[in-house]
Amino acid sequence: MTTPLEPSYRQRAGYQAGLLGGFATMAAVLLVMSNLITREPIEARRREDLMASLVQVIPPALHDNDLLADTLTVPVDGSQRVIYRAVRDHAITALAYQVTANGYAGDIDVLMGVDPQGEILGVRVLSHAETPGLGDKIETAKGDWIRGFEKLSLDNTPDAAWAVKKDGGRFDQFSGATITPRGVVAAVHLGLEFFQANRARLLALEVPIAISTKGTTP
Amino acid sequence: MSTDYRRLTRDGLWDNNVVFSQLLALCPLLAVTASATNGLGMGLATTAVLMASGATVAVFRHFITPAVRIPVFVLIIATIVTAVDMAMNAWVHDLHKVLGLFIPLIVTNCAILGRAESFASKQALGPALYDGLMMGLGFTLALVVLGATREIIGSGTLFANASLLLGQAFSFLELRLIPDYHGFLLVTLPPGGFLALGFLLAAKRRLDARLARRAEARALAVAAAES
Repeated sequence: MTTPLEPSYRQRAGYQAGLLGGFATMAAVLLVMSNLITREPIEARRREDLMASLVQVIPPALHDNDLLADTLTVPVDGSQRVIYRAVRDHAITALAYQVTANGYAGDIDVLMGVDPQGEILGVRVLSHAETPGLGDKIETAKGDWIRGFEKLSLDNTPDAAWAVKKDGGRFDQFSGATITPRGVVAAVHLGLEFFQANRARLLALEVPIAISTKGTTP
Repeated sequence: MSTDYRRLTRDGLWDNNVVFSQLLALCPLLAVTASATNGLGMGLATTAVLMASGATVAVFRHFITPAVRIPVFVLIIATIVTAVDMAMNAWVHDLHKVLGLFIPLIVTNCAILGRAESFASKQALGPALYDGLMMGLGFTLALVVLGATREIIGSGTLFANASLLLGQAFSFLELRLIPDYHGFLLVTLPPGGFLALGFLLAAKRRLDARLARRAEARALAVAAAES
């Protein structure tokens, strides 16, 4: 680096700019290439993860359709919410959809499964950036906290109970991380209210979905 | 130019350890060392990036002029980290799920820029790679020691969730050292990281001072025997 005899062309601004530009171009090409190469595997992994999570919030016995194919898109607060529908014998047996919680470090994507009566079948965290060792106890791999939502509904749990214990509710907070569980509880509560408000629409089967052709066409 | 690989090993692991001597990389250090497993994962990922960036910088060292070296190094490091992040997401997805939170943090590790600047930019490919490996292992050692200290005092466990990182075969590492321990929250939080690091630094200084004294006494004894 500190060679005393630096060739004179290297001192010119043009060389420096070209060097920087060259490296920036190389970096850009490399990143575009890795993006192209990894895009499909990453998308495949994302679908596998989603499927693996869907299986956890909707028991396989409840459906005989392809959950990733039979979806319904509902506009919610300016964005689209994808509803995964479990269908068995031409009747909807469960719904799953994603809600977003405000975590300590950005958004937490939460997938929840609900049965037609509005009772929670299961809740799982899809992605988050919470503090490792503190807020990440919302993952099933690190703790059982998230299973505490199972079998709860707006009917069997009053509005005031949808909070962490510190706020007078029924859910445990984590030592050192209250914001994380507070956000998840609020998001799941909102998710149930969404279900209740749109119940009729969400459970209507007449929307053209794959299952409707079963049995009618040879 | 011959390279003293023994010197490089000693420097990376102990004498010039990234954390314990240079006091670099404290941001990722304090962020992830609430447990020994997180420390290990972060350490290994950082080692890979250190080696790759050191090798790249060493290969291009004759083209890079001093005036633009820092932006070029930053570009190289950021590109490598992003590519590693994407590759891990695509092909070692399970490991990425555990480490995913920490991979982008590697960019903030000033030790990598420090090694590119002070070592790799002046050395051939071989020594730069080896230095990256040793510095990375030294960093991993510091992360695991600090993580283990905080995990034992903070939650009473050691290497919790190690099987998520290393696979089921390593589940024997997961120990619950203190049963029915309610945890010592301060140690798990970031201030606890500073405290634990401070005690570890003091311990290393003390150990070094004692070793130096012993070496001095031995030299004196040898001198006395000879006279």
